[in-house]
Amino acid sequence: MSSYLPHTDAHRREMLDAIGVKSIEELFADIPEEVRFPELKLPKPLSEAEILRELREMSERNADLDHYACFLGAGAYNHFVPSVVGHVIGRSEFYTAYTPYQPEISQGTLQTIFEYQTMVCALTGMEVANASHYDGATALAEAALMAVRISREKRQKVIVSPAVHPEYRQTLRTYTRGTAIAVTGDEDLARELDDLKTMLDEDTACLIVQNPNFFGQLEEVDGLADAVHEAGALLIVAVDPISLGLFRPPGEYGADIVVGEGQSLGNAISFGGPYLGIFACLDKYKRRMPGRLVGETVDVEGRRGYVLTLTPREQHIRREKATSNICTNEALCALAAGAYLAAMGKTGLRKVAELCYHKAHYAAQRIAELPGFELVDDKPFFKEFVVRCPKPPAEINRQLLQQKIIGGYELGKAYPHLADCMLFCVTEMNTREEIDRLVEALQEVTP
Amino acid sequence: MTEPLVFELSSPGRVGVNLPECDVPEAELPKELLRDDLPLPEVSEVDLVRHYIHLSQLNWGVDVGFYPLGSCTMKYNPKVNEEAAKLPGFSRIHPYQDEETVQGALQLMYELQEFLKEISGFVGVSLQPAAGAHGEFAGILMMRAYHEERGDLKRTKVLIPDSAHGTNPASSAMSGYQVVEIKSDERGNVDLEELKAHCDETVVGLMLTNPSTLGLFEEHVLEVAEIIHDCGGLMFCDGANMNSLLGIAKPCEMGCDVMMFNLHKTFSTPHGGGGPGGGPVGASERLVKYLPGPIVVKEGDKYHLRMPEKSIGRVKSFYGNFAVCVKAYTYIRMLGAEGLRQVSEDAVLAANYILAKLKGVYPLPYDRICKHECVFSGRGIAEDIHTMDIVKRLMDYGFHPPTVYFPLIVPEAIMIEPTETESKERLDAFIEAMVQIAKEAKEQPDLLHEAPHTTPVRRLDEVRAARHPVLRWMPK
Amino acid sequence: MKVDPECRYTKTHEWVRVRGNEAEAGITDYAQSELGDLVYIELPEVGETFEKGEVFATVESVKAASECYLPLSGEIIEVNEELAEHMELVNEDPYGKGWFVRFKPSNLDELDELMTPEEYEEFIAAEAEKGGH
Repeated sequence: MSSYLPHTDAHRREMLDAIGVKSIEELFADIPEEVRFPELKLPKPLSEAEILRELREMSERNADLDHYACFLGAGAYNHFVPSVVGHVIGRSEFYTAYTPYQPEISQGTLQTIFEYQTMVCALTGMEVANASHYDGATALAEAALMAVRISREKRQKVIVSPAVHPEYRQTLRTYTRGTAIAVTGDEDLARELDDLKTMLDEDTACLIVQNPNFFGQLEEVDGLADAVHEAGALLIVAVDPISLGLFRPPGEYGADIVVGEGQSLGNAISFGGPYLGIFACLDKYKRRMPGRLVGETVDVEGRRGYVLTLTPREQHIRREKATSNICTNEALCALAAGAYLAAMGKTGLRKVAELCYHKAHYAAQRIAELPGFELVDDKPFFKEFVVRCPKPPAEINRQLLQQKIIGGYELGKAYPHLADCMLFCVTEMNTREEIDRLVEALQEVTP
Repeated sequence: MTEPLVFELSSPGRVGVNLPECDVPEAELPKELLRDDLPLPEVSEVDLVRHYIHLSQLNWGVDVGFYPLGSCTMKYNPKVNEEAAKLPGFSRIHPYQDEETVQGALQLMYELQEFLKEISGFVGVSLQPAAGAHGEFAGILMMRAYHEERGDLKRTKVLIPDSAHGTNPASSAMSGYQVVEIKSDERGNVDLEELKAHCDETVVGLMLTNPSTLGLFEEHVLEVAEIIHDCGGLMFCDGANMNSLLGIAKPCEMGCDVMMFNLHKTFSTPHGGGGPGGGPVGASERLVKYLPGPIVVKEGDKYHLRMPEKSIGRVKSFYGNFAVCVKAYTYIRMLGAEGLRQVSEDAVLAANYILAKLKGVYPLPYDRICKHECVFSGRGIAEDIHTMDIVKRLMDYGFHPPTVYFPLIVPEAIMIEPTETESKERLDAFIEAMVQIAKEAKEQPDLLHEAPHTTPVRRLDEVRAARHPVLRWMPK
Repeated sequence: MKVDPECRYTKTHEWVRVRGNEAEAGITDYAQSELGDLVYIELPEVGETFEKGEVFATVESVKAASECYLPLSGEIIEVNEELAEHMELVNEDPYGKGWFVRFKPSNLDELDELMTPEEYEEFIAAEAEKGGH
């Protein structure tokens, strides 16, 4: 008798009688006999205390960021999550709710999404934002599909900067597999933005850049939108939402669609998921955008309320002509992001961004002073930077681990021409003491 | 009863979080790159908390009451799952950490892959897709990869029953395929003659939901699989309705080549108001090498992330919705084989109980033993009464409406999925309410037309929302 | 269901009315009643040409979206600008003020392929019986 299964045998008997069958097995008479009632070889069931003990042990075999100093970023970040966020998403009226198709009893979910949409627009400088995608990578892929759709399928070329996260580019290629869309621009992994601009032509649906890019650098965006628009294409920018606490948002430099990874906004790092795909665009494209949208309206008594709207874009109405197949998205993660942004507010988010900036620059400067280590490039950067190392980065990371430090991303994994380089990340969660410890540990690495 | 927007609670200077001071020398900021304004609200912590508490109180969740949404499996979400996912060793690990430092996480993922294989009969599972539709998309791309590798490029059509969930044709279209609708017969099964007529060398495969969205088991499933395979096509199964098959039958043994699971349906992880979910995909021998990746493999007693041999690639960043996987894992470990079988038995029992009790009260389009959900129609209850009126009135009785107007092949459809976690008292109360409403429909139709009466807001003007979209708050 | 005696009809519920060498098209009373209150209409631009049966407009209601197929081949010479602000005209007066486009038909022989008002009436009676949406 499980605590999740309320029926006793007496209850079952009553229901069977009402149905008019003698046994539960009769309800499965239409299953072919040869496949019916297979044995499932699964571990014996456990009680709550037992499973928690096992899971605790399993989890303690992992090196977590509460016990290790983290200088690893590359698309997943160790940012501070204020305590309120956990309490908001811990309200079971929120987390055990379904998609708000019955708005009268879902105003909680709907209003929080409306607030989230508003805050994403504020952050990105865009005019419309949807309720979420699975993550930054899928949001980017859907943005490219949307750009092609806006060109009425007449333009089938997507130009993507190699400085966009490698896994985003991989996801983009998976998403365009069954289509005539050609993804190009990152064949040469060292290609710069100016070079990409020369690839624009009348077959281009969009140009995709990441800002700050995968290497943490702020891209040279002046004149970019003009060049893209002159070619009749759309500019898609992938962002780090924390950076938007400090830097000019893509809406101000001509972006048509903005996507990004919202994990940094109040969501646990959680070994890669669940994360949050941010998606926002200009108002004129709203009927072409994928994902759910919440809109404001009134009820029969004139009270303000919220509903899912522009739903004919979606799969449950448009089916094969939908703007996307997306149904379940990352609503609770968006709620966490909304609570985070509301808690941080105008001044808080700016402060977090500044802390990241100053600490990263302090770390970069100190590391650059170490013999054998040098900063690659002098472009402005936000919270991540590339360092050329005197020993293979994998070896350095092994040594750092022994000191309970998780080092940077080994760039050779995705950029062979940077095989001797590491991408370090410093956030507001890294104390000065931790940074100094990192520098000391790196010092011991040099021959 | 409405709650102001958080922007309306804002006042310049308030802070919701206290942050530490900068403990390093400040670097120079590139002034020309800085933004001028950041229009986010400024609220204190107490106002923030009250705001969200008030909003939560306007919301209906499984923890509030019965939520019989057909096709969604709104079962109880065990709290121990939530505790498990919050363990720092699971929630505070970076996906790019050295594999040596996350063996516990990889082990959990590996074991979950194995559990799902055992439950479904598939030989390989990828946990990467983040939702059912995402898993569908991956599944169809896998079918595409299979045909492409064999040089079988004439195949462009995906056959989809007319009762299918909208994500099925949408996913097919996204994969670059044409959708061909296959009719259901009078018993709610796929029409075999029509299926045979369409099966030729231009068919990629069939997307079958079994049990269907009518809650009915496909009586000729083995024959359907044979027909599809005979013409060189593949069978994709939409596993949304697995709650009726745990320990009852394994999809792979019924001819399925690829199937996506919904962790947030069958495996008790919470719906979150629209996610996050989990849409792992399982594959038969034919398709296992195309799984999206990376997946977790075991070599000796070590766990590693590996891309399957001919993977279609990654369908998102990193490895999947890991925290959701932790919850599903916990659930399966707590129930075991016996418990999971009991889940399906009780789910099917409850749905048939409701079917038997409401049979004389509402039109029943398919008079057959159902599985975990049953479909009625609201048509003909009374003059000028539509399904929408009936279910809006249900809210006044303290129940969340079932799924309505789906599947499309039943006019004025009402799809009820009680799940196994509702007590018999609750089922009886729901049945009683539905009976009452049928009476009210004839005797006091305005009660229905103007419903709901007792909810925080009443019927909302969706036409206005669509004609004049207001999609964000703007300061005056 | 209202049916206009001057028009010819398609199986996809569009109507066309020919006067001299100009034609007018829109969606039928049956179509608007199935859709419900319209919330959005996308119309083509003047000068665009379409083949018979090509999608020339899209309509959306709260619960559905539909492509509209031009009943005859031709070039668009006028578009009903009023509909942008007054979509309800399509619901209220689908054959009159709710017209979508005026166009120059290129091949009047195509009229023979369309249904007469009586044929269309029979057609929608049969559809309604099937119990479709």
